[in-house]
Amino acid sequence: MFDWFAKIGENTIDFFARFGREVMLFLQTVAGFVSLIVRPALVIQQLYSVGVRSMLIIIVSGFFVGMVLGLQGYNTLVDFGAEESLGVVVALSLVRELGPVVTALLYAGRAGSALTAEIGLMKATEQLSGLEMMAVNPVDRILAPRLLAGIISMPLLAAMFSAVGVMGGYLVGVDMLGVDTGAYWSQMQDKVDFDQDIVNGVIKSFAFGIVTTWIAVYEGYSCIPTSEGVSRATTRTVVYSALVVLGLDFILTALML
Amino acid sequence: MSNSRILEISVGVFVALGIAALLVLAVNVSNVSGFSTGKQYTVIASFDNVSGLKERSAVTIAGVTVGRVSSIIVDPVTYEAVVRMTIDADFNEIPVDSSAGIYTSGLLGERYIGIGPGGAPDYLEEGSEIRLTQSSIVLEKLISQFLFSQSDADSDKEK
Repeated sequence: MFDWFAKIGENTIDFFARFGREVMLFLQTVAGFVSLIVRPALVIQQLYSVGVRSMLIIIVSGFFVGMVLGLQGYNTLVDFGAEESLGVVVALSLVRELGPVVTALLYAGRAGSALTAEIGLMKATEQLSGLEMMAVNPVDRILAPRLLAGIISMPLLAAMFSAVGVMGGYLVGVDMLGVDTGAYWSQMQDKVDFDQDIVNGVIKSFAFGIVTTWIAVYEGYSCIPTSEGVSRATTRTVVYSALVVLGLDFILTALML
Repeated sequence: MSNSRILEISVGVFVALGIAALLVLAVNVSNVSGFSTGKQYTVIASFDNVSGLKERSAVTIAGVTVGRVSSIIVDPVTYEAVVRMTIDADFNEIPVDSSAGIYTSGLLGERYIGIGPGGAPDYLEEGSEIRLTQSSIVLEKLISQFLFSQSDADSDKEK
């Protein structure tokens, strides 16, 4: 019986200790951004592997999501004779919700898991301790450039997703289903507000960029340095990122609506 | 070409594409009010009822948008709604005795202000007021009026 209570207490303390460690490490990593000013090449390297190589999947899926939105939106709106509003439906749902969220989910799967595996393997093969032996701070050298690259990439990727999605909706709605071109764009421009909707989406994707990249980087850095530990950490990255993104999306929407 | 050069170029392309996408969203998808502000002037008009009218609603002449509603406040003395609208300076020849009414685009569409030009030789300018106004139609009032008049007519018949 007492063992049971002790276990609960131990777990609680463990939880807070882990949380505290994570926050401390996050602050150290953010502080490490300063050291990147003299080594921008590190960030560019990471921008390539995190951003450029995620671009294809983001653009292709953005296009398909836009096409599906066009199709679904048209079929619903045509019942009300409101198919002219298709542009508004496509643009608002992309810019406000689907752009940031789906991008973050894809990004977690495409780039986040790779980051975790990479850092985890560095730890397993004792490269991180090697760096420390050479008096190079692994937080500055490994974690900071990856986090910064993720934070920069995510809003750009989400913007591409939304822009391509709007084109996809245009292709289906206007070219295939015969919505009027002028109505598609003008209604969209009329109803989509820059300050309200687009800035809203950019803030969201920025927040998701911080969260997903941080989860990936932290899971890799704190994994058990065995092959099984790395594989578990990679799974955790994808699962946690998806959950946190969806939960955070609700909070941010409620805050900014 | 060295490896790092390709890397730099592709990252540059990536960032440029991202910024371009943001610009497309800003300019093509939304209406950035900040970019399109040419010269404007402000006029005010008081209405008994503006229900449904919002900030940024359109101000039109003959169905053409010439400006936007910039603010709606309640006059604390007369309890009328004072609507402040900004009109593009291109349309600076609106007679002072013009009328302003609140209309609905379509049956359930958005409210907008329609300006009916008058015939006076003087024109509206910064800060002037449109005196002839017509409030928005509140559908519930209209229906209840209709119903009451119907029942009155019915009871008249019975007599």
